[in-house]
Amino acid sequence: MWNFIQKLGSPPHFYGLAAKMIPWFAISGLLLIAYGTIAGLFFAPPDSKQGDAFRIIYAHVPAAYLSMMAYTIMAVTAGIGLIWRMKLAHAVAAAAAPLGAWFTFLALATGSIWGRPMWGTWWEWGDPRLTSELIMLFLYFGYMSLRAAIDDTAKADKASAVLVLVGAVNVPIIHFSVEWWSSLHQGPTLIKKGGPSIDAAMLYPLLGIILGFTLFFGALLLARIRTEVLHRERRTRWVRNMILGEST
Amino acid sequence: MTSSSDPSLWEGFAAVIKRDLLLAFRRPGDILNPLFFFAMVSTLFPLAMGPDPEQLMAIGPGVVWVAALLSGLLSLNSLFLSDLEDGSLDQLILSPQPLPMLTFGKTIAHWLVSGFPLVIISPLIAITYQMPVQTIGVMVVTLTLGTISLSLLGSVGAALTVGLNRGNALLSLLVLPLAMPVLIFGARTVSLAATNDAVAAGIYFLAAYCMLSVSFAPFAAAAALKISNE
Repeated sequence: MWNFIQKLGSPPHFYGLAAKMIPWFAISGLLLIAYGTIAGLFFAPPDSKQGDAFRIIYAHVPAAYLSMMAYTIMAVTAGIGLIWRMKLAHAVAAAAAPLGAWFTFLALATGSIWGRPMWGTWWEWGDPRLTSELIMLFLYFGYMSLRAAIDDTAKADKASAVLVLVGAVNVPIIHFSVEWWSSLHQGPTLIKKGGPSIDAAMLYPLLGIILGFTLFFGALLLARIRTEVLHRERRTRWVRNMILGEST
Repeated sequence: MTSSSDPSLWEGFAAVIKRDLLLAFRRPGDILNPLFFFAMVSTLFPLAMGPDPEQLMAIGPGVVWVAALLSGLLSLNSLFLSDLEDGSLDQLILSPQPLPMLTFGKTIAHWLVSGFPLVIISPLIAITYQMPVQTIGVMVVTLTLGTISLSLLGSVGAALTVGLNRGNALLSLLVLPLAMPVLIFGARTVSLAATNDAVAAGIYFLAAYCMLSVSFAPFAAAAALKISNE
């Protein structure tokens, strides 16, 4: 087991392993997304209250879930990188940040589009989830700007790791405080997404598409880690050998 | 160190506070500028939104809190910068005293010259915004707890960005999202006080957040300082 982890941490080994894993993640992810899209958009019955507008959850829920998941991955890998000085872990955190930011943006955009027919407005400050997603997006921006501002990769790794850990402590607090704040807000009555029970014809496509998005996210993340590793190791022998080996 | 016995933990802590306060009082502009900024931002809102007393009363708590947040940020950038420039930051890091204790001392000194004066003059702003008298006490309490938390959160941001070119804008980008719980609870609690609602929950939350920052922020700031100064 320990041997396996050590091997995983070695950049050339991981670079090769990731290349083999990407197609599996990508193909299974795309298949599940295709199933979820078709079943969710065409075969699931319309919602009793929301009509067809509810179908945007098939993009919204997986995006929102991945925006949180990406931050969790960053916090865990940043912690591993700081504690065990594992360079690959820092590369994972760096590669996950832009993906997380995009999924957060996607969750915000789809949430806002859903809000238009449901609440009659593109943006509703009273909804705690929308507001805390927005703050989440700012956290991603802060992380990426800090990385961009520091030229030395090793230093950027450690500084951004401290930031993401401080942020991880704050994310639950932010979420809780935004919820408290909106409970005081005397706005229009909100319609809570999803009821206590959801029909199986709606549920299975949703579960499928969440898993599909996650696998697809995994494929994108692995591809990004590969380029990140290649960039970081550009002066090492194994990269030179690999490139020379391929070109001749 | 010329003396034969090493200074104790508290002596080191107190020495840092004393030194930073002395430096600040030698340059009164550093203390006064954020205060003027605070007063001026608070003046902008009535000018922009009109002098309607009811409207001013409604936005008052929010304005005071946003202005406090921004003026706190204004002075944060210089928290470690002058120490970096004259090399005393290296001495702080090299000293046998634990670095979290020293950064905590620096942060306390920063709060004493930036946050504390702001708490003192905030009742003036509150009166010009027609805020009811019973809210002023609540505002002073929440601002005290909130500005301490902000100084501590900010010390982590300042330590991460010290010595970077675009440090100042970056610092705001890092600290502001993290500061939102403080803003939410601070401003909403004062608003609740204005309508005679229960304020204890908000004050408890701010106190808890303040304690959390006191316990963790100095360690994060010390780690960040070591990384920035490698």
